[in-house]
Amino acid sequence: MFASFLVNTWIVATIVAAAAGVVGFFVVLRGNSFAAHALPLGTFPGAAAASLLGINPLFGLLTFSGLGVIGISQLGKAGRPEIATALSLVVLLGLGALFLSMSNEYSQATYALLFGEVLGVSSLEIVPVAVVSAVSLALTALLFRPLLLNAVSPELAEARSVPAGRTDILFLGILALTTSAAVPVVGVLLVFSLTIGPPSAARALTNRPVRAMLLSACLSLLTVWASIALALRLGWPVGFFVGGLGALAYGLGRIRMECVRSRRCRARSG
Amino acid sequence: MTRVSLLLSALFEPGWNSSEPVLTAVVIGGGAAVVSGVVGVLTVMRGQSFAGHALADVSSAGGAAAFLLGLNPLLGFLLMGVIAAAGMESFAAHRIRERDLATGVVLGAGLGLSALLLYLDVTSKSTTGAAITVMFGSMFAMPPSVVPLALAVGGSALLAIALLYRPLLLSSLDPALARVRGVPVRLIGLCHLLVVAFAVALSAVTVGAILSTALLIGPAAAALRIAGRPGGAMLLAAVIGVAATWGGILIAYDSYDWTGGHGWPVSFCIVTIIFLAYLAAGCPARGKVRAAARPGKAGVQAAGRG
Repeated sequence: MFASFLVNTWIVATIVAAAAGVVGFFVVLRGNSFAAHALPLGTFPGAAAASLLGINPLFGLLTFSGLGVIGISQLGKAGRPEIATALSLVVLLGLGALFLSMSNEYSQATYALLFGEVLGVSSLEIVPVAVVSAVSLALTALLFRPLLLNAVSPELAEARSVPAGRTDILFLGILALTTSAAVPVVGVLLVFSLTIGPPSAARALTNRPVRAMLLSACLSLLTVWASIALALRLGWPVGFFVGGLGALAYGLGRIRMECVRSRRCRARSG
Repeated sequence: MTRVSLLLSALFEPGWNSSEPVLTAVVIGGGAAVVSGVVGVLTVMRGQSFAGHALADVSSAGGAAAFLLGLNPLLGFLLMGVIAAAGMESFAAHRIRERDLATGVVLGAGLGLSALLLYLDVTSKSTTGAAITVMFGSMFAMPPSVVPLALAVGGSALLAIALLYRPLLLSSLDPALARVRGVPVRLIGLCHLLVVAFAVALSAVTVGAILSTALLIGPAAAALRIAGRPGGAMLLAAVIGVAATWGGILIAYDSYDWTGGHGWPVSFCIVTIIFLAYLAAGCPARGKVRAAARPGKAGVQAAGRG
């Protein structure tokens, strides 16, 4: 499990999970689940195109997640955000189907791209992933207050001269950076599980934003480590464990929230 | 006369309407487009695009399971979709952010399951293309035996919409008013998700799980930009959907000749047509908004957007 050829995997997974946990706190707070799902899934054609052109897949992923951000924000001007998200997603996936049909070595590579691959991380890939994750973490730290204010009360944020539109686009950008760095390990379909499962459990455990964010990063690390360990042990895909553990975290968090609420009600009536 | 037949043979490749896979694709694809268009209008009005997309993705686990057990793929998609719809509705909360989160969690769990089942497909049956088939569809590789079941599924979804039309519409537009009028809003919501699961299962078999959102949301969103009434929008969405599907099948079939025997995937062609239709539908609508905004209605517009 800790063989030398797996060291890279553990390093990349740790970086990626910490970033996803931190950014995921805002995803849950702002209710951006659909975008958190659509942006990484929309990077699918990027990876396919990169393998067609023979360049580093991360550049393809970043390009197409950038296109996703532009699509969501531009189409969102004319219609409702979820329709804009759905349409940008399907257009990108349509392109993915096209690129897929052009390349020949598709089956196994496609599966790894969709659902994650533990073994395929080379040491050359670590640096870009680390840089991208560091940039997204730095942006989150820098914009912490405006993001929080905008999520909790958009009106108050406008009054304090935090423009809602620009904040939304900036956050989508951060989300795109974070998730596209995570795609090679967890796969396009299950990255978002990492950005909503652990944070939704963390939010049930504490009311303070900074503490919830750190807790969410810790839970996300635990999820990824456990998933990789189980995947290596049983030989099953990582995505299965990430999705399952994410749902488990959400379920436990929800139960705890209900308990707290009912206790509070009882205390009030008693 | 000869000119017409020349034109037709240029437009429709020879063999277009005699080949059985193409006919099956035309029938099932058209049916899926009609059902998705009608159901999609309600889905878009209720703001449940994410749930519609999630149901499609989760039902892919059923498709993978059907692959594994050698069942009819549509049956697998359908069963898993119904289970996921029930799961989402039982998790659902009143606030939209919370509802989206619950949808996302069910989606994550379902995709995880799908990852496992597809992996088992690949290892136990050595069907290497299973992931592609389930996720991106296999329109020209559908067995004709799917047709009766597909027609039954589509018909029952349309029947359910027709029976529940008024309460569904009322609870989509104004849940509070519907509750006052004695409409069981939660039950109606569950029925709606079940119908979406039916529609999505049907389109997942044709254009694939992750692209069936295009048939559900695209035509409906385009139609709602043009039509004023829900009934008219449903009709228009069905027409746009069918036109896009058949046009996509035609282009995909013809493209084998244009690109030197390489062909474009059907799903790509369909999605492109749907997206163009959505953009085209926006042009008159935007003109209308501008015209309305001109005589000093800025306040009303801002309130509408807020």
